[in-house]
Amino acid sequence: MPTTTLNLNGRPTPVQSDPSTPLLWVLRDELGLCGSKFGCGIAACGACTVHVDGQATRSCVLPIAAVGAQAVTTIEAVGEQGPAAAAGAAVRAAWIAHDVAQCGYCQSGQIMGATALLAANPQPSDAEIDAAMAGNVCRCGTYPRIRAAIHAAAKSLASSKKGA
Amino acid sequence: MAAFDRLGATSAAPAASAAPSESGLSRRAWLQLSVAAGGGLLIGFGAPPQAEAAEPAAAAPKPLPQPGAFVQIRPDNTVEIRVNRLDFGQGALTALPMLLAEEMDLNWSQVRASLAPAGEAYKDPNFGIQMTGGSTAIAHSWPHYRQIGATARAVLVQAAAAQWGVPVSACRTEAGQVIAGARRASYASLAEAAARQPLPAEVTLKKAADFRLIGRPKGRLDAALTTRGEKVYGMDLRLPEQKTALLQRAPSFGGQVASLDATAALAIPGVLAVFETPTDRGGSGVAIVATGYWAAKQARDALKVSWKDGPAAGLSTAGLFARFEEEARAPKLTARAHDVSAARGAARTIQASFRFPYLAHTPMEPLNATFDLSELARGKATVWAGSQFQTVDQGAIAQTLGLKPENVTLNTMPAGGGFGRRAVPSSDYLREAAALAKAWLAQPGAKPGPVKVMWSREDDVQGGYYRPMHLHRVDIALDAQGRPLAWDHVIVGQSLVKGTPFEPVLVKDGIDHTMTEGVVENLYGLPMRLRVSHPELPIPVLWWRSVGHTHTAYVMETLADELAQAAGQDPVAWRLARWKAAPEPARLARHVEALQLAVKQSGYGQRKLPAGQAWGVAVHESFGSVVAYVVEVSLVEGRPRLHRVTAGVHANTVVNPLAARAQIEGGLVYGLAMIQPGVAITLKDGRVEQSQFSDYPPPRLSDVPPIDVHFVPSDAPPTGLGEPGTPPIAPAVANAVAALSGKRLRELPFARLA
Repeated sequence: MPTTTLNLNGRPTPVQSDPSTPLLWVLRDELGLCGSKFGCGIAACGACTVHVDGQATRSCVLPIAAVGAQAVTTIEAVGEQGPAAAAGAAVRAAWIAHDVAQCGYCQSGQIMGATALLAANPQPSDAEIDAAMAGNVCRCGTYPRIRAAIHAAAKSLASSKKGA
Repeated sequence: MAAFDRLGATSAAPAASAAPSESGLSRRAWLQLSVAAGGGLLIGFGAPPQAEAAEPAAAAPKPLPQPGAFVQIRPDNTVEIRVNRLDFGQGALTALPMLLAEEMDLNWSQVRASLAPAGEAYKDPNFGIQMTGGSTAIAHSWPHYRQIGATARAVLVQAAAAQWGVPVSACRTEAGQVIAGARRASYASLAEAAARQPLPAEVTLKKAADFRLIGRPKGRLDAALTTRGEKVYGMDLRLPEQKTALLQRAPSFGGQVASLDATAALAIPGVLAVFETPTDRGGSGVAIVATGYWAAKQARDALKVSWKDGPAAGLSTAGLFARFEEEARAPKLTARAHDVSAARGAARTIQASFRFPYLAHTPMEPLNATFDLSELARGKATVWAGSQFQTVDQGAIAQTLGLKPENVTLNTMPAGGGFGRRAVPSSDYLREAAALAKAWLAQPGAKPGPVKVMWSREDDVQGGYYRPMHLHRVDIALDAQGRPLAWDHVIVGQSLVKGTPFEPVLVKDGIDHTMTEGVVENLYGLPMRLRVSHPELPIPVLWWRSVGHTHTAYVMETLADELAQAAGQDPVAWRLARWKAAPEPARLARHVEALQLAVKQSGYGQRKLPAGQAWGVAVHESFGSVVAYVVEVSLVEGRPRLHRVTAGVHANTVVNPLAARAQIEGGLVYGLAMIQPGVAITLKDGRVEQSQFSDYPPPRLSDVPPIDVHFVPSDAPPTGLGEPGTPPIAPAVANAVAALSGKRLRELPFARLA
């Protein structure tokens, strides 16, 4: 079997899956990182969202051959390492404070989307949140809390920057 | 599933009691105390002893040691509470422990929670089966879980009193400790002695004024796990030597494999076997077992199969509606008789024909189930699934595998949504998965390890079990003042429960109550005749969040708005006036309070909306709760845009306000899908035309406005919350659209307005 080395959550990670395999299934089936979820398989729901070089990316349609040396961050590490660590930690905290999740299945993807948004745009407007989160479906209808938690995370990031 | 409320009263199932307030008491005789392995107190119900389940491997949740246990006090003074429901987002994993911890006087930080497997002890005391549905989890657990908590507290107090030589009356409890004067002892230190105490003859439950947990907002117990991606759903289960299976079903329901060429599929690395296997409704399909999903998916795409049509071949949505129109002209069944001859004196009439499509549930986590049949030869099986119908599914799996139900261990996995799709009377996906897992064992080279049977999103959208399509025809005769003289109503739609074990309970005189609920109980005092017709069609149908209310609330509440308009009255004032004649004062009061709360909080009638916006109002009772929505809507490119929703809700006691608000918000968004362009399952030549979120598009964040939810304060026993938020949103929006455009939308999803 061919070996590909992923730059995953800050660590070089060799994997055996065929290079044409989508990243999602390498994470879930080969590496046992099941935080990234399978929702559609065609990049239509966002449940599988990871960061590739900081960009929110649908891992279900991304072959590992196309990842190369780019840094991949998954939900398991997003608040802890990488350039978006502060945003990820703030988003996670806001998600708990606002009790955002219902079933929670889409929330890994929502958190990854929100974190990438805040890392790039620390004070997003409602319209910017709508645009950035348009690819993330939630069937439980947690959207109002997602919006509130993103604003809260933005506020806490701004105040921690001021404090620093 | 309001209709389920009648199960307890009329079912032949061994329900403990019909009335929730008695159910806990009647089961008390079976309560058992025991010392847990490793110390601590276990309180459970005396179910027939079961053999210990095989210890699942690392990723699987660790079960409590004793089947039937509800609460375990551990040596570190944490307390594990077992939840006899599925948690698929509605928050039972948190709310049921709140009930038990309240009566046990636990500190919330002591509480741990887990989902119970299928088991006799975990059956709903009212239904006689273990299930989650009909928005009943809190209503039915309200006496049940509080009784268990109060009993645990009582034996701990008895143990402390005996140890200290003081009367029980000298002891009080607080934050997981028994206290008498200067003495205090943790529950953990008393647990073993408590296990030897006699059960108290009766326990007194707290008064509402003494609640310290109930009514206080509590975050979900699994919230932190979720934000780290560590919550393990059925889809995430990873057992040693586990394989992945996909099933290719026939393109038309009940179709069968005519011929199969698996050469290309078998050539894909990681594919272990390809074989024919039975599918739901007498069909057959092709199973692929592989080392993982991607190999299985590629193999499935590479299959060459020709199919024998199922009985649904040739059906189309247009043809079905034509047939429904015909049936509506001569409905056979009368649900509510009334002399409508007064229509002859009408000053004017309203003739309304409504169309509702089939709808798929599309929970975020596609269906899946994992089977370990390594002990099949010894008559045992272990299954992991996010089931809403645990004991029903356990029985179906047992039947498929030729085992006794008690020898099937069915572990309840947290589920990524469900909305009804995991509560299937036929256990469709579990029977299919069981048959597949058993057939896999017979394949050359098969190893007896676990196999996870997965559904793709395409399988989910095309695999059947839809909210049925419906046609409503309503002829209303009005007098010169716009008052209804006669209301002649016909509903045509497939029965949800005919041919299932629920039929004897939910179908009366041939009429499926899950289709007429929300019409027959309306409080408007209408001169109504209601007739129905149930076409028998080979399309699998199922309850969809809020069941019949998904269509009946739309019809009743848009027509109420139209009648108010015909009478020249404000729609809120018209409703309040019509309800005055209602013969049930308690229901009347709850309707009035919910509507008035929404009106007051929204500023309706007090506040002027920006130009281009209009108010819309709807109120509907379902699952014992009344939900009123006041919406603010504009039209953008011919489509309604919501700016704000204010909800007034009467659900009696609210156990967890944080989760209760979430249920209304979520129910509302779920109901919003019904008006969303493209949200319809349609048939052409017997095949479902949609297959994905791309052509069956759910609401997105940008579709959802701010939602303010307000509850009417009450101390009465709680009523449903999981579903009542869904029905009134579509009619509220439609009423605002009528105010803006003068157009009454009678076909869902909404077409773009010219």
